Amino acid sequence: MAESEPSPSQGDFIRIEGVTKNFGTFKAVDNVSLNIGKGELFALLGGSGCGKTTLLRMLAGFETPTAGRIFIDGQDMEGVPAYDRPVNMMFQSYALFPHMTVAANVGYGLKHEDMSPARRQDRVKEMLAMVQLSHLADRKPHQLSGGQRQRVALARSLAKLPKLLLLDEPLGALDKKLREHTQFEIANIQYKLGITFVVVTHDQEEAMTLASRIAVMDRGIIRQIGAPSDIYENPNSRFVADFIGSINMVEADVVRVDGETVEVSAGQLGAHVKVLAHGWSPGERASLAFRPEKVTISRKKPAGAVNVLKGKVQDFGYFGKDSLYRIKLPTGHVLSVNAVNAERVAAEKAVATWEDEVYLTVSPASAMLFRSEA
Amino acid sequence: MSRANDSWFNRRGWRDTIITAPYLWLVLFFLIPFIIVIVMSFAKTATQSPPFAFLPDWPYVRFETYERLFTNSVYIRAGLISIYNAAIATVLCLLIGYPMALSITRANKSMQRLLLMLIILPFWTSFLLRVYAWIGLMGRNSWFNKWLTSAYNVLVPGNWELPAIQMMNTNFAVVLVMVYSYLPFMVLPLYANLEKLDTTLNEAAMDLGSRRWQVFRDVTLPLSIPGIIAGGLLVFIPAMGELIIPSLVGNASDPMIGRVIQQEFGQNRDWPMASAVAVALLLMLVVPLIVYNHFEAKAQAGAKS
Repeated sequence: MAESEPSPSQGDFIRIEGVTKNFGTFKAVDNVSLNIGKGELFALLGGSGCGKTTLLRMLAGFETPTAGRIFIDGQDMEGVPAYDRPVNMMFQSYALFPHMTVAANVGYGLKHEDMSPARRQDRVKEMLAMVQLSHLADRKPHQLSGGQRQRVALARSLAKLPKLLLLDEPLGALDKKLREHTQFEIANIQYKLGITFVVVTHDQEEAMTLASRIAVMDRGIIRQIGAPSDIYENPNSRFVADFIGSINMVEADVVRVDGETVEVSAGQLGAHVKVLAHGWSPGERASLAFRPEKVTISRKKPAGAVNVLKGKVQDFGYFGKDSLYRIKLPTGHVLSVNAVNAERVAAEKAVATWEDEVYLTVSPASAMLFRSEA
Repeated sequence: MSRANDSWFNRRGWRDTIITAPYLWLVLFFLIPFIIVIVMSFAKTATQSPPFAFLPDWPYVRFETYERLFTNSVYIRAGLISIYNAAIATVLCLLIGYPMALSITRANKSMQRLLLMLIILPFWTSFLLRVYAWIGLMGRNSWFNKWLTSAYNVLVPGNWELPAIQMMNTNFAVVLVMVYSYLPFMVLPLYANLEKLDTTLNEAAMDLGSRRWQVFRDVTLPLSIPGIIAGGLLVFIPAMGELIIPSLVGNASDPMIGRVIQQEFGQNRDWPMASAVAVALLLMLVVPLIVYNHFEAKAQAGAKS
C-alpha cells in the first residue's frame, strides 16, 4: 500500500480493557474490551440504553469506569480529568455557548492552548472555512439553522486538533437531505485531518456509511465488531442479524447435515430449506434467516433450483428503484421480498402484482442459521 | 373562521377583557394614586382635612417641596443612606444567595424540593415576629451578642475589648435584618434561572479544556446575569423604601428614606413634602430600570437582526 494513503490500521491507538460501568445496580457497560486504530472512523451502534453513550462519556472523561482501564495513545486515562484529555466531543445537542458568537465558540478551547492571539484567530478562520461558515463568524448560535449549528459544533470540537474526536449522534437532529450531505462531509474532514473519530449512533444507516468499523452494542456488551459489510452479510448472532437491516426470520429444526449443507424444516414456511453452514447436528433448534433482497421472485417455477417456496402477493410497495413485496405462504406466514426494478416496464408488466402466484428462491449460501438466544 | 375561534374563550371580547384586566388594575391602583401623589407634591400644607391646599392664584402650584428636597440635607442624607444600605444588602444577598441557589440546582430532585421549602419556610411566620426575634438576638444581654463579643475580644488586643457589641440601632443592624429578610427574593429568581441552564454546556466547556472555576466564569456566570438582575431588583427596590426594619432596629438619627416619608406624613403632617420624597424615591428606582430595559431591548434587537 502506498505510504501517502492514510490507512486505518487495526492498531491499538485506543485500548479499552475490560471496562465496566455500574449506575447503582444497573450495569450500563459490562466488561467491554475494544481496540481502535489511529485514524479510524469507528462507530458504536445500538439501541437506546445499550451503553454506547456511557462508553463514549468514559472516553471523554465525564464518567469514571467502575472497573477496567482506558488507554489513549498509550496513556492511561485513569484519573485524567476531561479538561486534560487529548479528546474532544461533539455533543448531540451541539451544546454551543448561546452567549458567544460563532467565532468565540470555535475559539473557546484555544484559550487554554499556548498560542498567540493571531495564531488563534487564524485557526478559528481555518476551522470556519473548513465547515464553510466563514461568513457567519459574528452570528450568535440562535441565529443559525440546525445544519449550521451542527457545523459550528464540529468546527469547535476540531479546533484543538484532538487526538480523538467523539461524536454523539452527530446527524440525529438533521433532516434526511442534510444528513446525506453532512455524512460525506464528516467522512471527508476525518480523512483530511487523519484524526481518529468515534461515532455513537442508533441509526444503522449512519453507522454503515460513516464508519470503517462498527461495534454493535446491546445491554452493555459488544455483540459484534466488524466492517459494515461484515456485519450485514455475516452477522454472528440472531440479535445482530435482526438489528441490522430487515430480515425474514423463522424458527426451524435441523433435520439432516450433509457436509456444509444443513437441511432444516421450517414449520412457518411449510418446507425444508437447505443452508450452507457448519457446526450443526440433526435435532437442534435454529433460527433460519434470510434478507429480503437475497430472495429471487418469479412467476414461473424456476427449473432445477433448490429452496423454492410458493406464495401469493399480499401487498407490494413501489419505491422506484425497487419494490417491496409481502408474500403470503400457504401456511399463512408472510415474507418480505425486495426486487430491484432493473428494467423500465409498465406496471402491468412488473414482476408480480396483487394476488399473483409467485415462486420464491433462496440460495443456500444466502440463508443463515442462528442459535436461539435467551 | 374556524369553529375553535368561535368558542367563548377565544372570542375577541373575552381575549380583550383578559388582556385589559391587569392594565385596569395597574391604572386603578397604581397610576391614579401615583398621579394624586404627584399632584399633592405641588401643593402646600394647610390646616384642613386632607391637610394640603393649592395656591389660590395662577400657577396654583409651587415647587418649594422639590427645592427643599435638593437643598435640605435631611433628604439628601436619607436618600444616600437608603442607596448605601440597599446596595450593601443586595450585594450581600447575591454573595450568600448565589452559592445557595447553585447548590440547590446541583442537588437531586427530591432534595431540591426540600431545600426550596426551607428557603420559603420563614414566610410562614410573621415578618414582624422575625424582626423582633432579631431585636432579641442583637440586644446587649442576648447569648448571641455575648457570644459574638467574646469572639471579638479574643481577636483584638486587650485595650480594645468591649463589654458588649452595640448592634441595635445601627446601620449594621438594618443591613443584617434586610439581608436576612430579602435573601429568599434573591435565591428564588437565581434558582429559576440556574435551574434552566443546560448542564451539557458545562461539560462542553470542560471538554474544551476549562477547569471548574473557568467553566463557572465563562459559562454559568454570564448565562445567569438575567437571574442576578431579577434577584437584585427584587432585593434592591423594596430595600430602598424599607420602613419597618430601620424603624425597629435602625438609628433614628440616620433615617432611611421610607422613614422620612412616614415622618412627613405622620408627625409633621406635611403631605406635600412626603409626596415629593415619594416621587423622588420612585424616580430613583424607575429611571435606572428604564435605562436598563432600553439597552436590553436594543441588545435583543441587535442580536436578532
